[in-house]
Amino acid sequence: MSIRIEHLNYTYSDGTVFEQHALKDISLELPDGQFIGIIGHTGSGKSTLIQHLNGLLKATSGTIYYNGENIYAEGYSMKQLRGKVGLVFQYPEYQLFETDVFTDVCFGPKNLGLGQEEIERRAADALKMVGLGEEYYKVSPFELSGGQKRRAAIAGILAMEPEVLVLDEPTAGLDPRGRDDILDQVALLHRERRITVVLVSHSMEDVARYVERIIVMNQGEVLYDDEPKKVFRHYKELEAVGLAAPQEIYLMNELAELGWDVDTDAATAAEAAESIARCLERRGPC
Amino acid sequence: MLREITLGQYYPTDSVIHKLDPRVKLAGTLVFIISLFAFGKIEAYLVATLFLASVIKISKVPFKFMIKGLRAIIMLLMITVIFNLFLVSGTVVVKFWIFQITVEGIKTAVSMAVRLIYLIIGSSVMTLTTTPNDLTDGLEKALSPLKKLHVPIHEIAMMMSIALRFIPILLEETDKIMKAQQARGADFESGNLLQRAKNMVPLLVPLFISAFRRANDLAMAMEARGYHGGEGRTKMRPLEYKGRDRAAYLILLAYFLVMLAVSRLNLVETALFSALGW
Amino acid sequence: MGIIKAAKLAFDYLKLDENGNVESKQRAVDGVDLEVEAGDFIAILGHNGSGKSTLAKHINAILLPSEGALWVDGKDTQDESKLWEIRQTAGMVFQNPDNQIIGTIVDEDVGFGPENMGVPRDEIWERVEKSLRAVGMWEYRSHSPNKLSGGQKQRVAIAGVVAMKPKCIVLDEPTAMLDPNGRKEVIRTVHELNQKEHVTVILITHYMEEVIDADRVIVMDAGKIVMQGTPHEVFGRVEELKSWRLDVPQATLVTHDLRERGFDLRPDILSNEELVEELVAYRAAHAQEEGTARVHQD
Repeated sequence: MSIRIEHLNYTYSDGTVFEQHALKDISLELPDGQFIGIIGHTGSGKSTLIQHLNGLLKATSGTIYYNGENIYAEGYSMKQLRGKVGLVFQYPEYQLFETDVFTDVCFGPKNLGLGQEEIERRAADALKMVGLGEEYYKVSPFELSGGQKRRAAIAGILAMEPEVLVLDEPTAGLDPRGRDDILDQVALLHRERRITVVLVSHSMEDVARYVERIIVMNQGEVLYDDEPKKVFRHYKELEAVGLAAPQEIYLMNELAELGWDVDTDAATAAEAAESIARCLERRGPC
Repeated sequence: MLREITLGQYYPTDSVIHKLDPRVKLAGTLVFIISLFAFGKIEAYLVATLFLASVIKISKVPFKFMIKGLRAIIMLLMITVIFNLFLVSGTVVVKFWIFQITVEGIKTAVSMAVRLIYLIIGSSVMTLTTTPNDLTDGLEKALSPLKKLHVPIHEIAMMMSIALRFIPILLEETDKIMKAQQARGADFESGNLLQRAKNMVPLLVPLFISAFRRANDLAMAMEARGYHGGEGRTKMRPLEYKGRDRAAYLILLAYFLVMLAVSRLNLVETALFSALGW
Repeated sequence: MGIIKAAKLAFDYLKLDENGNVESKQRAVDGVDLEVEAGDFIAILGHNGSGKSTLAKHINAILLPSEGALWVDGKDTQDESKLWEIRQTAGMVFQNPDNQIIGTIVDEDVGFGPENMGVPRDEIWERVEKSLRAVGMWEYRSHSPNKLSGGQKQRVAIAGVVAMKPKCIVLDEPTAMLDPNGRKEVIRTVHELNQKEHVTVILITHYMEEVIDADRVIVMDAGKIVMQGTPHEVFGRVEELKSWRLDVPQATLVTHDLRERGFDLRPDILSNEELVEELVAYRAAHAQEEGTARVHQD
């Protein structure tokens, strides 16, 4: 029941010439422990939506409940909420500011008002989770490589030990190696700690391999909200809004149109090959 | 909130004012401001209002853009009005407790308010109808005699125009970094002055680093596109006075003369004051 | 000699201590030999830190070789008197669209290069119009760059280079910061320039799907060229690409998987269309074989 969003609306620059209806009547439920992908292209409202989850943006209308509590209720502590819902922004390495990696990661837990010992335990734990060992503790964050910087920045959020981790385009600008490292790390985190993970991306292919649920956003509205397989069945509609299903979906559908009896839900290379192989082995017509 | 800053926000449309030589607009703004402060008579303000209104009309820029700049000075405006209203001595009109409002107070308060508002609107007309590049070109050309004194006018103008281009980008970036640090529990709003200054570190360090990185990238991109200072450079929009610019100078002169003439008269004020019985 | 030729090119990044003495050296490009013919579309693929961007900056003489040499249209980049000619011959587009747009209005930015070159005014305007039309941004000529999408900004940056009439354009990860739509826009624009204007293109990227239409793909790692050839030749070597931890087109991956299962398909398949065609042909041939086998039995 972790996060419940009810009829959320958000308008940028309300009442001015720049007025823009960024979110339109969004209702969603993000249960505990799910691994969710939010997909949409630039301007679809996905980044605006997630900034509501930790109260950085306040809805023009509608409500958000965190563990059953209305976050807009009077006296609700936004600071507490931000510790519970960890939001990693796009290009998070641009927030690094301390003289060394360890101190930087301590910033979040320190703001939560924890004791020094607890702060350091959490920082060390978080750095371990992102695969940065002790040899990096005293290194200036500005001397790390691009991928390492990003991991250090993610550790900065993890150190607050959030119950929900939201990542906005965590792989933007990374090369394939950096991209796989980050996504694998996040998947591992989800498996081991059982925290809710929300992965925001404009790439279906990146998230398809990891998530159990995909929310497709378009023009401030939720277009689809389902398990990946079922979302990909709408590959033609997805194309119409500037998104694409994994390449395998197109391949399998093309073969199916030629009369091949293949699994049109196969979304990875291995699944596709498996299905085609079965078809070929059957000889005769398939 | 940050995206609402009007200064340096060009409003692209097609009007005579947009087409005028930036030097004319610079001179015009200067003359307008001088006229506001030199002639403090109601007649003069009426003429100034008429002049400003016609220029705005001709510029085709929606009025709401013009007044956006006022938001930034609203506090200054209020303070000026209140101080003048209560602190200027003279013929008392209203009096309560220790406060008194005088005829002179009302006069100065109103005229200061009008001057400030017109000053902001007047300069907004210029920035809204002139691309920052044109503006810097205009300044560069107008100040070019200083080159003889070895003042690096071209470089200064280039720096100004780059600054104008990057202000919106850096403002947006500030907004982004602030939010990102707030997501880590940073607090930019509470605490005493010293604490607040300290709390700005997580914002300022990333912002400076980003600005340096951008500067570095930009320098490289400019070099790659053959930039090597002002020497041997041609201009795609060279500044040459055209018929309309000469006409605009004449109108400006006429405006100034009318202002001068009407401020000698005292008709409206006398009539108004005698009607009110002050 | 091709339009670009590198011979045993090497470059060291120097780390200086406070007194300006060399503290350590890091070799970013290590003995690269390269020859690019005019009109070619070359893609350089590699990870961050593979040296591909460092190599690119040599072509525009932003960096000069520590060892070896590089010639652009026959001019040695180390010849300082030719510097501005070289920068005019080989234009450069960078990664961050915001940090390379100088003008506050689209057309002013496109005119920046020609202005620097001292091109007469009327010709600047001709060039600005032609370049903006070539990248499909003419309608946006009087817009502020800040209001454009990432892909549009990048196309303006490309127009800014095209207006200098270069023979060659080097694009250093032009799509790394864009969304998929922006990426497609930019790559399409670059291909059009190559085909219609016959501009030599050197595209540096780590996105494999952007290189499959190139004439030649060069894979770099640790400052060296490790693979080279047509996209079909390079992507046919799936295991090798995987060892560099580079992406492989999905269709190629499926083909590779099927080959490992013992199906004798062509190894150099890059797209779904090719794979479908190959599978259909494979089945037809197979059915025929079976048919002949049956005839023999009879």
